[in-house]
Amino acid sequence: MNDEILDWGIAELHRRLEAREVSTVEVIDAYQEQIEIQEPEIGAFLTLDLDAARSTATAQDTRRSRGETLGRMAGVPVALKDNLCTTAFPTTAASRILEGWIPPYNATVVDRLADQDGIVLGKTNLDEFAMGSSTENSAYKITKNPYDLERVPGGSSGGSAAAVASRMALVGLGSDTGGSIRQPAALTGIVGFKPTYGRVSRYGLLAFASSLDQIGPLTASVEDAALVAECIMGHDPRDATSLQEASPLLLGALTEGVRGIRVGIVTNLVEIASPSIQAALLRAADALAQAGALISEISIDELAFGLAAYYVVAPAEASSNLARYDGVRYGLREPGATVEEMMIATRTKGFGPEVKRRIMLGTYALSAGYYDAFYVTAQRVRSLVRSAFDRAYESVDLLLTPTSPTTAFRIGERSADPVEMYRSDICTIPSNLSGDPALSVPAGADPDGLPIGVQLLGPPRSEQLLFRGAYAVEEGLR
Amino acid sequence: MTKQIDQADVAHIAKLARLSLSDQELREYEDTLSRILEVIEVMNSGDLSAYPPMDHPLETVNLLRDDAVQQGLDREVVLGMAPSSEEDYFRVPRILGAP
Repeated sequence: MNDEILDWGIAELHRRLEAREVSTVEVIDAYQEQIEIQEPEIGAFLTLDLDAARSTATAQDTRRSRGETLGRMAGVPVALKDNLCTTAFPTTAASRILEGWIPPYNATVVDRLADQDGIVLGKTNLDEFAMGSSTENSAYKITKNPYDLERVPGGSSGGSAAAVASRMALVGLGSDTGGSIRQPAALTGIVGFKPTYGRVSRYGLLAFASSLDQIGPLTASVEDAALVAECIMGHDPRDATSLQEASPLLLGALTEGVRGIRVGIVTNLVEIASPSIQAALLRAADALAQAGALISEISIDELAFGLAAYYVVAPAEASSNLARYDGVRYGLREPGATVEEMMIATRTKGFGPEVKRRIMLGTYALSAGYYDAFYVTAQRVRSLVRSAFDRAYESVDLLLTPTSPTTAFRIGERSADPVEMYRSDICTIPSNLSGDPALSVPAGADPDGLPIGVQLLGPPRSEQLLFRGAYAVEEGLR
Repeated sequence: MTKQIDQADVAHIAKLARLSLSDQELREYEDTLSRILEVIEVMNSGDLSAYPPMDHPLETVNLLRDDAVQQGLDREVVLGMAPSSEEDYFRVPRILGAP
């Protein structure tokens, strides 16, 4: 029975709960058993509170037995990336500088999931402050890829991805600044969705690069991603950058199909991917064609500049955002004779090497004499990328690319070389620069059995079409 | 190839960022930051003058809301998170140099 429970998507879970074939407590018990088996090997979580999850489940069963209608996430076990503020759990961003810190409020997405009766099991591991592509930059632990324990789960939302992929949670939330939802989703064989910038409130997300960050779901299926996205999208007065318009309905649109939809394969991003990923992408394109989509090839050479611009813009914003960790108001404080010495000692001890590297890179890019050469040039590249996408979307409706040029790499393989690590995100970064929605959907495995993801991109606010495309790929490859 | 930045640059940046680096870290960051800056150099290979600087994906500016009083965080809660506080204030070491 327990194993069967873990196979259910959200819709199936709800049918069974409604039919009283299973209780919410039994669902939580099944996930607890799975966590007891998997977590010692995978290491996806930084904190877990299954007792609290069970109490919530008990309360939900009582409410159901009284005839109450529960929310859209009722009984769904959720894993939250540990850069989302929670009053019920410490929130560390996998950094020593926030060890043990308990925020005074919940992130808006956390409240929205709770309003829909989602049940949070715990907080998941990440690269410190979401800076990385492998989750190896966590100050606390290394998370393993469930498909090969010697390999990384990707990052920075590697804990949420590994938790969902190993069925320790049904839904994970992550954040995506340069691919941090999509790349780990691809490397662990699940679905990862980055909404249009502004669709989801960033209130209570520990800021990394504010003009790029966006929260989104990691799930086993496109349908589950659509449901979770519907629950968390929508205007929030507490985030001035959240879009003031109605969010698209995704779940109902899934089965509308892709007949007549024009999909462009981005050849210059396909060329840099490994042969097995290229083959998987062609299978995904074929699945779309079988469903009636019109497939063409397109080269968007401007995207090659994206990586360079990203590694100016993201560190620049990070150096500013992380200035707040100064030992004064919350988090770590190291002693010092003066306030400046205290701040230096605190930041030196509290931040890990990659975070320091990015703070320094951003500080340099913003410093006197370099601002125009680096930051303003990078902002011009953002415009270039934006207009290149706009031009592409004059001839196609969606774009198809690999999510990552490679499948999961070995632990330690790229951690010594930051430039090599940065290249992991070459296919995902452009959508963050432009603010467009993007989604990674599983597309088989390489000869070693490691999962492959393909990425669908669409113009701003095109989530409905994006999900129709992703659903067609999922169905076609099933 | 000459490095994009040297150890003196790294030390200066670290000072601006309120970080203290060991000699070994200075060497390591000199190397990795130089290599990252080489990657970033790609940006300068084309003429970008036709593309205005874009600092944000959204075109909205100056969103306003009603000037209504709202409940903020409790002072006690906020001060309770601080490493050190006294009465209604955050407490820090002396701001000017030692006497």
